[in-house]
Amino acid sequence: MEKTLDRLAGSLERAARADEAGGQGGLLQPLDPRVKLLGFLGLIFAAAASQRLAVTAAIFAIGVILARTSRVLAPIARLWGGVLLFTGAVVLPAVVLTPGHALFHIPWTGWPVTDHGLQSAVGLIARALATATLAALLVLTTRWGPLLKALRVLRVPMLLVMLLGMTYRYLFVLLGVAHAFFETRRARTVGRLTEAQRRQMAVSSAAILLSKSVQLSGEVYEAMQARGFRGEVCTLDAFRFQRRDWCALAMFAVITLAAFGWGAQP
Amino acid sequence: MNPPPAFLLADVSFRYPEALALDALSLSIAPGECVAVLGANGSGKSTLLRLLAGLCFPERGRVEFFGEPLTEEAFAQTTFAHSFRRRVGIIFQNPDAQLFNATVFDEVAFGPLQMGWKKSEILERVHCALADLGIEALKDRPPHRLSGGEKKRVALASVLVLDPEVLLLDEPTAALDPQSQGHVIDFLFGCLGKKTVITTTHSLEVAQEIADRCLVLENGRLAASGPTAGILQDADLLERTHLVHVHRHRHPSGAVHSHPHRHY
Repeated sequence: MEKTLDRLAGSLERAARADEAGGQGGLLQPLDPRVKLLGFLGLIFAAAASQRLAVTAAIFAIGVILARTSRVLAPIARLWGGVLLFTGAVVLPAVVLTPGHALFHIPWTGWPVTDHGLQSAVGLIARALATATLAALLVLTTRWGPLLKALRVLRVPMLLVMLLGMTYRYLFVLLGVAHAFFETRRARTVGRLTEAQRRQMAVSSAAILLSKSVQLSGEVYEAMQARGFRGEVCTLDAFRFQRRDWCALAMFAVITLAAFGWGAQP
Repeated sequence: MNPPPAFLLADVSFRYPEALALDALSLSIAPGECVAVLGANGSGKSTLLRLLAGLCFPERGRVEFFGEPLTEEAFAQTTFAHSFRRRVGIIFQNPDAQLFNATVFDEVAFGPLQMGWKKSEILERVHCALADLGIEALKDRPPHRLSGGEKKRVALASVLVLDPEVLLLDEPTAALDPQSQGHVIDFLFGCLGKKTVITTTHSLEVAQEIADRCLVLENGRLAASGPTAGILQDADLLERTHLVHVHRHRHPSGAVHSHPHRHY
């Protein structure tokens, strides 16, 4: 459990750093989050719907160029390994099970790798790579807060936007509490604990953390009340469309429509 | 006819399920006064602030704000609730409870949004509050990535943006480094004479710096009330209410002395 918490804390720390990087200079960072959200969603749908490998590859290439110019290529490249591995494992059976002309046989097993199987596998992997790259680009070039607010353009309810924001915020706080809790336990523990003792410690820690989170939620509600909250959620977006946002939106629209048009027929 | 006090508590008792927090407390705070509420841990200081902020209601007795009773029924009326929240701001001891928004900007804008102000006015007031506290550079940062001193300043900005007449502060300098404590004290200095300030504190130094009057709580009861200088001179009272500790030292002659030790 401690290792899981450490790993979670590490992931959240990376997420926080990525969030800070989301506001730093690059091509996409200064754009209005609504433009990025709509633009990338359009491209993701176009890549997912594309029947042509060339179109999917072109969208992927655009994603790579945008990542490079927005200085987030390194974290996105790290993502590709996982996407390849996971999608590869999913599509592997299709390579041999899809009917078609056998290109070659896998040694020892004799299973045929068919042209249609290979084509669909490559197509799926390309789509997964393109869509994951675009989604990561959106997240890595936009701060979490503005990104959540941008969801309002998709008519996501205000309450949900606020809940997501608070969940993200308090995930860090509670994980910090849990981490400190385990460290103080470790500082007072001598020798090795038995499995039963570890389980008991994990359960009691979870219970205390739950109790602390309930207490914190009460305090947060009081703080909200103290500033006038009466159950109605209000948020303010200070977004302002500038000329560059209109240009970016037009570019996204053109690329997305072209991708839908050319990618429709195999 | 005398104007009504900012706050009037008459025979107020408040009980948590496990203990009595305030016991037959009566006091009055005048508009524009700066009052420090002193007392040991568990003496009822934070509960008193929650009562004054209308976040909980007494089991017995009554609390009034400029002559208006603070009751659950009163807060059920939107007009009264909005007016009260606009006029009374509270800074909590735990900044993680106070700062619940995704960014500092959203945090400061939260109060004005609840008041239903116009967008242009909110933007202007938020920028002013951020500038007043010197935290404009933090506006896009998430609160969990800030230092303790920065969090405290954001909490102050989130309340000051509404320009309340009354400021309630729960241990404003707790867990802050000396420089951040200095910033908070400077800020409180700036409020003197303009706002009614009620602050709980363990720090006699803070009380001496800013307060016109001190209220000393002991086990939920008012142990003393009076001008700050007089209260801080009362060694017996301070020792009895655990606000100073007894310091024991040996002289070169071998004689051992013990006396209250004050950190201010």
